Amino acid sequence: MNTELQGILLMFLLVIALGIPLGRYIGKIFNYEPTFLDKLFNPIDNIFFRFSGIDPRKEMNWKQHLIALLTINLVWFVFAMLALTNMSWLPLNPDGIPSMSADLAFNTSVSFITNTNLQHYSGESGMSYFGQLILMLWQFISAGTGIAICAVLFMAMKEKTSQTLGNFYSFFVRSCTRILFPIALVVAALLVFNGMPMTFEGKDAIQSLQGDSMQVSRGPVAAFVAIKHLGTNGGGFFGANSAHPFENPSYLTNVIEMVTQMLIPIAMIFALGYAINRRKMSWMIFGVMSIGFLLLAVPTVLQEMKGSPEINKLGITQPMGSMEGKEVRFGAAASGYWSIATTVISTGSVNAMHDSFTPLSGMNQMLAMMINSFYGGCGVGMLNFYIFIILAVFISGLMVGRTPELLGKKVEAKEMKIAMIIALLHPLMILAGTAIAASMPAYTASTLSNTGFHGFSQMLYEFTSSSANNGSGFEGLGDNTAFWNISCGIVMLLGRFLPIIGPIAIAGILAGKKYIPESNGTLKTDNSTFGLMVFAVIAIIAALSFFPALTLGPIAEYFTTL
Amino acid sequence: MREALKQSIVKLDPRKLVRNPVMFTVEIGTAIMFIVCIGILQGDRSEGTFAYNFTVFIVLLLTLLFANFAEAIAEARGKAQANSLRKTREETPAKWINPMGEMYVDELTIVPSSQLKKGDKFLCEAGDIIPTDGEIIEGIATIDESAITGESAPVIRESGGDKSSVTGGTKVLSDRIVVQVTSEPGESFLDKMIALVEGASRQKTPNEIALTILLAGFTLVFIIVTITLKPFADFANTPITIAALISLFVCLIPTTIGGLLSAIGIAGMDRALRANVITKSGKAVETAGDIDVLLLDKTGTITIGNRKATAFYPSNGIDKNHFTKCVVLSSMSDDTPEGKSIIELAGINPSSYKIDNPRFIKFTAETRCSGIDFEQTQIRKGATDAIRRLSEAAGNIFPLDTQEAVKTISSNGGTPLVVSENNQVLGVIELQDIIKPGIQERFERLRKMGIKTVMVTGDNPLTAKFIAEKAGVDDFIAEAKPEDKMNYIKKEQSEGRLVAMMGDGTNDAPALAQADVGVAMNSGTQAAKEAGNMVDLDNDPTKLIEIVEIGKQLLMTRGTLTTFSIANDVAKYFAIIPALFIVAIPALQHLNIMHLHSPESAILSAVIFNAIIIPMLIPLALKGVTYKPIGASALLRRNLLIYGLGGILVPFIGIKAIDLIISLFI
Repeated sequence: MNTELQGILLMFLLVIALGIPLGRYIGKIFNYEPTFLDKLFNPIDNIFFRFSGIDPRKEMNWKQHLIALLTINLVWFVFAMLALTNMSWLPLNPDGIPSMSADLAFNTSVSFITNTNLQHYSGESGMSYFGQLILMLWQFISAGTGIAICAVLFMAMKEKTSQTLGNFYSFFVRSCTRILFPIALVVAALLVFNGMPMTFEGKDAIQSLQGDSMQVSRGPVAAFVAIKHLGTNGGGFFGANSAHPFENPSYLTNVIEMVTQMLIPIAMIFALGYAINRRKMSWMIFGVMSIGFLLLAVPTVLQEMKGSPEINKLGITQPMGSMEGKEVRFGAAASGYWSIATTVISTGSVNAMHDSFTPLSGMNQMLAMMINSFYGGCGVGMLNFYIFIILAVFISGLMVGRTPELLGKKVEAKEMKIAMIIALLHPLMILAGTAIAASMPAYTASTLSNTGFHGFSQMLYEFTSSSANNGSGFEGLGDNTAFWNISCGIVMLLGRFLPIIGPIAIAGILAGKKYIPESNGTLKTDNSTFGLMVFAVIAIIAALSFFPALTLGPIAEYFTTL
Repeated sequence: MREALKQSIVKLDPRKLVRNPVMFTVEIGTAIMFIVCIGILQGDRSEGTFAYNFTVFIVLLLTLLFANFAEAIAEARGKAQANSLRKTREETPAKWINPMGEMYVDELTIVPSSQLKKGDKFLCEAGDIIPTDGEIIEGIATIDESAITGESAPVIRESGGDKSSVTGGTKVLSDRIVVQVTSEPGESFLDKMIALVEGASRQKTPNEIALTILLAGFTLVFIIVTITLKPFADFANTPITIAALISLFVCLIPTTIGGLLSAIGIAGMDRALRANVITKSGKAVETAGDIDVLLLDKTGTITIGNRKATAFYPSNGIDKNHFTKCVVLSSMSDDTPEGKSIIELAGINPSSYKIDNPRFIKFTAETRCSGIDFEQTQIRKGATDAIRRLSEAAGNIFPLDTQEAVKTISSNGGTPLVVSENNQVLGVIELQDIIKPGIQERFERLRKMGIKTVMVTGDNPLTAKFIAEKAGVDDFIAEAKPEDKMNYIKKEQSEGRLVAMMGDGTNDAPALAQADVGVAMNSGTQAAKEAGNMVDLDNDPTKLIEIVEIGKQLLMTRGTLTTFSIANDVAKYFAIIPALFIVAIPALQHLNIMHLHSPESAILSAVIFNAIIIPMLIPLALKGVTYKPIGASALLRRNLLIYGLGGILVPFIGIKAIDLIISLFI
């Protein structure tokens, strides 16, 4: 096996090796079992609670959880809006960055509270260090929100009948202090040691060999990049994101960033098994997600290594694979692998330009976001997957001759209604958004860098990325216009909060139902047969919803270049 | 059949069809195609030829008709079944007891059965057909219920007890009874069931509602997919015709399951009716599939009616033939089934002993033995302690080996009957409950289905345990009183299990009402029948097992056809998507993996396949998917393989075949 593929295998195995024990640790945190960090964190947590007057032991039902989640998100959203529109006179602005326009500030604030990190600005020229710090805070909050609400799901899946599901504020604080903060600290330190800048000083000036003088942007990059990946946020400090030499200096930092972004989504799978005491269930979910991930990643890596068919046609050999828009220090394989990891997980950071990938790789990136539940974002990936579990349980329950039940709770009309609305939402926003963009050339035509199939893909990608809260872009799109800022902002908001509300509502309703003990006739939801069923449901829903759109985008582009 | 055809057209009424969201959207699509066809006749040139558009319209209309036909034929079958039952009780003359007669009180008047109202009394004598359902309030009679149950042996019904119900259409063979009418005309269980099947009062069951939501959700997804496809195609400069868009939409939405859904539900009730069970709601059948615990009465369900003699054990030193003779003589006048079974086992006709002047001693609760006296001989047969007392009072010893035999019999779940001659113990007869042949296998089957069986018996715990083990039930309630059943049901339910039981007596009524599925025997009291949610016309306690399987079949049929329907879409995409764009984007020819003849033939093949799959699956919908108790996961694998993988492959073959035929014409 060549070294490029070995590198990929290393990244994949490393994240699993780290994810399993981390999952156990996360499971312990939400079961309030003692961990070795308690001595350090208990007093810190208590300071937060005393300061805010919150009683962390007050039990909440699922509605109270959602209200708490929406409230803290709203408060911080207003705060972020104010900060971004007033950056120019606020401190920590050595480079004199101007304030944001209202529509761009709206898009940016939404983008960061929703864990999307779709950036219609460029960090070097559009964001002061104060703004970057606000965004960094958001990268903690949005990731913590995702983990905390996922913990509520775990509580709801336990084997008992219960109306209350723990305390949201407590889950949230524990997620930030005991999971995100310590790991981010370690990762940031590793990155600094590998040459990433960490400073509040303004741009540096250097003289090139030719004698030209250049302004080089820098800033508190390492801290930003650590949480950007750990929290599956993906918003870059610089416009070029992790393709920028300061944001991802070497192959080693590439490995660190890669492992960091996949770490929590994979750990959450194993945290589920630990928290509800069903390890087999974790392995079923991990199996389904990993097979889905590999089915997207392997072809993408191979295609990128093979090179572009257009260039092949010209008779030019491409020993390094398709290198347009890629960084030489990472190579075609690692860039291809990253592009799928970052879209499967809703990070959306890029180390190569997705716009330049071969057509079918571009399709796989979009498919990864259209499915949005193979690993998925920090905590919320599991919530998305839960919807598919509900749908699979319903159909397969009928197929074995019982009215459907999940972990001892009957799935009935009300839950199906919510699950169907959530399953419907994603295709609706992607397809309807793209349809509006396609039928309003007055607003969109000038923003597309390509016409025809690839131009269509650019629009489709933008809405897919927004709806999946991914945040990566087909960067040919000139997206800082009022049309894109506002439409994507709305899609991101709906794409974030409805898929949180829906699964939690279902789980909350199910938690309150009577627990039915398992019998021989009960469908097991933790074995490979059921895993196959979930996989089939995910694949079929994605294929059926998006096949026509993909046909007119990447598929048509692929066949016309053959 | 003709009625079903007529109904399929009547059911096109949008007000009726709106109950079924999937088929309703097909109807809208059909209407749009109709307008398109008219537009072409008016000279519109942008939508293709009239023949092609009109064919699409006709195929869509057929899709609707096929779906309606499926529902209509299921209704027709159910109605035919119910009608054949109802026929037995049409216009029979009734001897109405008129409380305020013209001449005197309680005068008998002959009226047609349809005029009898609830609370009226009527008289039935030997030879009369009972005019309507009711409860005996006076008298006892033997009744031939073969018209309803198909069982030719007459049954005894009497007032007061648990066997006081009579059914209209059955015939009184002997004696005379006064019966009170229990339901208004047109409101008997059978009438209710017919109404349920006919659809007037048919309500969607909870599971049907949930499934409809799922299907409606899929329909919405495809509405979004098709509507947005129009601007996408315009952007790519590939105009799409309305016919193509509507065809794509109709092919993608789950029409197969949408069209068959109500037929499956009706067929479930119909299958119950074929098993001679009247269900009071569709929900009851559905719940039956979920049952976790089955409460079964021992007698009649697990064991054959009564105990039977299975062996004779003479004491040491007693001649075997002599013992047999005494045993036979003691049972000579014993008319109980046990007594008869003793003579049967001995195989000797008692009269062959030619006893003169026998004097028979009847069994009483006090002596707890019976027997015969003749000449100088006194033979007694009875419970162990009763005979022991007799023999010990006479100064004889109870033989040790017989004592041993008695113990062995008891611990084996049998009943020992000790026989003595002139107060000298001769030996012991073993009576055993005979477990119904094949019942162990049925319980094994239930266990594999995940259902716990519980035996309810009046026997002592030791005997109950033995029989429970032998028959293979999972649990038992011994020395059961009516409230024990109730408590057991409540206990299981509080742990989240669903319980089914069968009962007949008035004192079963609360438990029948408490159980999730309560099956009342038709012979049972009115109270029991009101309390349960099903009535078994055959009075067969093993029927519960069949009912559970019918419920499971119902749910499985829904699940598998949903899977099949959705899996079909994969092939349909590969037929229609290339057809939509191939003219403008020739490179997409690569997606035409079935190598269909032309865009028009591809679209037509897909819609035709979509339409004809509905009538082809009607037999399966009516018959139900076979249930195999092989464990849930194995069953899921099996059904995924057949209906999931099959659902993906079948349309590839079907659409290609239809395309080959169509390509001969265009």
